[in-house]
Amino acid sequence: MQAFASSLVSVLFHGIAYGMILYVISVGLSVTMGLMGFVNLAHGVFAMAGGLLLSTAMAKYAVPFPLALLLAFVVVALGSVVLERLLYSKLYSAGELAQVLFTMGLIFISIAIARQLYGTQAAPVFLPDYLKGQINILGRDFPAFRVVLIFISAIIVVTLWFGVERTRWGAMVRAAVDNRDMAQSVGINTNRLFMVTFALGSGLAGLGGALGSDILPVQSTYPLENLVYFMIVVAVGGLGSLSGPFIAALMIGIADTATKYWFPELGAFLIYAATIGLLLWRPQGLFGVRS
Amino acid sequence: MTRTGSYSGHARIGIMEALPWIAAIAVFFLLPDYLSLGARIMIYILFTLSLDLILGYAGIITLGHSVFLGIGAYAAGILSVKLNINDPFLQLIAGSLMSAVFGLASGAVILRTKNLTLLMLTLAITAIVYEIGNKASWLTGGADGLPGVQVNPFFGRFEFDLWGRTGYIYCVIVLFVVWFVVRRLIYSPFGAMLTGIRENTPRMHALGAPVYQRLLIVYTISAGIAGIAGVLMTQVTQSVGLNVLTFEVAGDVLVMLILGGVGRIYGAFVGPVVYMIAQDLLAKQFPEYWSFGVGVLLIFVVFFARGGILGLVDKIAARGRTP
Amino acid sequence: MSAPALETRDLCKQFGALTVASNINFRLEAGARHALIGPNGAGKTTFVNMLTGALPATSGKILFGGEDISQMAQAARTKRGLGRTFQITSLFRDLPVLDNVALGIAEREGVSLKMWKPASSYKTIRDESMAHLETMGLAAEALLRVKDLPYGKQRLVEIAIALGLKPKVLLLDEPAAGVPSIESGRILDVLADLPKDIAILIIEHDMDIVFRFAQRITVLVQGAVLVEGAPEEIANDQRVRDVYLGEGGHD
Repeated sequence: MQAFASSLVSVLFHGIAYGMILYVISVGLSVTMGLMGFVNLAHGVFAMAGGLLLSTAMAKYAVPFPLALLLAFVVVALGSVVLERLLYSKLYSAGELAQVLFTMGLIFISIAIARQLYGTQAAPVFLPDYLKGQINILGRDFPAFRVVLIFISAIIVVTLWFGVERTRWGAMVRAAVDNRDMAQSVGINTNRLFMVTFALGSGLAGLGGALGSDILPVQSTYPLENLVYFMIVVAVGGLGSLSGPFIAALMIGIADTATKYWFPELGAFLIYAATIGLLLWRPQGLFGVRS
Repeated sequence: MTRTGSYSGHARIGIMEALPWIAAIAVFFLLPDYLSLGARIMIYILFTLSLDLILGYAGIITLGHSVFLGIGAYAAGILSVKLNINDPFLQLIAGSLMSAVFGLASGAVILRTKNLTLLMLTLAITAIVYEIGNKASWLTGGADGLPGVQVNPFFGRFEFDLWGRTGYIYCVIVLFVVWFVVRRLIYSPFGAMLTGIRENTPRMHALGAPVYQRLLIVYTISAGIAGIAGVLMTQVTQSVGLNVLTFEVAGDVLVMLILGGVGRIYGAFVGPVVYMIAQDLLAKQFPEYWSFGVGVLLIFVVFFARGGILGLVDKIAARGRTP
Repeated sequence: MSAPALETRDLCKQFGALTVASNINFRLEAGARHALIGPNGAGKTTFVNMLTGALPATSGKILFGGEDISQMAQAARTKRGLGRTFQITSLFRDLPVLDNVALGIAEREGVSLKMWKPASSYKTIRDESMAHLETMGLAAEALLRVKDLPYGKQRLVEIAIALGLKPKVLLLDEPAAGVPSIESGRILDVLADLPKDIAILIIEHDMDIVFRFAQRITVLVQGAVLVEGAPEEIANDQRVRDVYLGEGGHD
């Protein structure tokens, strides 16, 4: 019984860490898909880019860990703006098929570039010494890095929610998700709103990819391998919602960790089955604004 | 010229439509070393054709079409390896039926949804079947797949030979039969109706068409054809593995269709031919550039050539006509 | 007394807290020429969408020739003989004009599931489509793609499609919307010539068309029936004038 309780704590802890990372990476996807109605299969590319940036910055240029995280966020956000202006924005009203094909193309290209620059191995994760040990919480040891990871993610989540609820930008995003034409007609510059939101969402993905690189190993096939999970978070949580994907990500993180721990023979079967069931029951997801 | 079922056009088979078959026969005699590649191309044409039916004609976007190829492929493999049923036509029919039944069952569930939810469900269903293929090793051989698939000689006489001649002829004949059926289908009132759904679904509802039922029918047919392609793949390679169930395959077939030209029967011919020959020439020498090239190609097609290769050919031909 | 062609009883529609149709009781008699008018946002198109089944009603009943069709799918209502045109042209833009009409006839005739013989070999469907196009004066354009037609003619294609379904009741949602007045005369002629046995409900902003065409008028305001009557009664109704002249009409 005690052994079970102990493994339960462990599963919950690692599941939450995983879920938090899934959320930080995917939340931008939920908001951009809800806001712009753009099917962006290439969201994982931004997460991979963040992970690679962090690894390179720390290994080659000895950038301290916190600074490297910030760098991952800023560089990915800026890079995504270039892509958004040059390519994405041209396809906002082009239909789903064009968006699917275009973002598939981005995935292929990014995989090729990542493999060319970093090979097929996962990028090594460098941790500063102060994050390597264990932290004792309530008489139990937990890996320090994951504790910090949960902590940082929580700060991001709170900041994000606060930003969306309390700032002018947040109000505009909420208005535009709700009804884009209406928002446009009351004078919101949706073009700029899209750009800023896209950058923020992609930047968060970069940050999440960097922060989570010891949970989701950063390698060239990353955008394709994790695509289904990111999409599930968004679809299950509901497009355009902030809290929906959070709950979905935590559920998936914990459920996935639990299956791997207790029923490894099932693989991801349960998650997929639950996703299908849920989407049939509620096509718009748990908290979706629209399907 | 109309390329689809139309009450105002005609459905006669044009001279140009003989080209693929002349080419297929010419390859047999002129390029005997390439027959196994040729057979693979035929199989992919079949597979692409099945995708064209639902994506190009009915407008259903799917990221998981590989699931039907996979079910056909595994059905043939399991019949031979586990049940020792080695009759080629029995395998063909059984694999196609299995896949069609799965198409009917999964379609009945997912075609009630649309847009992103539908896209997600195609993704999730393919993921789940991959997971089953991976974990149910007692049936599917797990990660090792099922090697050693046996296929009896056709009509008791024609065995699969080392040079792939029998396999090639077999694939050409199956493709020909399926092509003929699909062509009838596309030019029939059913095909015209599908085009209507793709062009304007709300209008089809208002015309009294039970759209969901119609989509389910074409989804099932498409699954059955993809299943045939899967069976052929197993029979020709005499093995089946998890690779047929991957997203890479689902992505490949999508790329081939887009490349050839979506929503037209010969787009499904041109795409696989060009893609697979290019892959054969380039992918092994320059693997690192291959996926880069495919990515660039996709983006190029989206921005500059929505109609694919055949769309470009149309444009050039139109420019030639108007002086 | 025979049942009306179409009738609604206490039909309601709510979007969240917003009520867009409240207790609409409406009768469309057999062979009627009936107009539904009202200011923008009165819920006219919502009402039509509920009648056809494109939108589910929140509560209330819809009777078609006395039969309750409230729970029926859109396709089934169309099969019963409930036809419509769209306010915003909704055609198969990339298909030939003829096919736009033929697709509907094929559905009516139940040939849409035929998978073997070419569509072009169904001569009766083709001929009937042509006949409808001739009535509309569109015979010469039959093989052009719809998107290559001027807008006024696209509106006529809408009507041709609806007629091809051989409706008992036809709902015309602003048939002349967006058409320059030179061309709208043609549409009026077509409307006047529609078969007498079809009951027609027309939604229209153009009062000229309404008063020339309708024998009966229902005024819808904020999702509720304000008044119903013969054209001259409506024209002289103070409440209707107030609605159309704005709130400043009386102090």
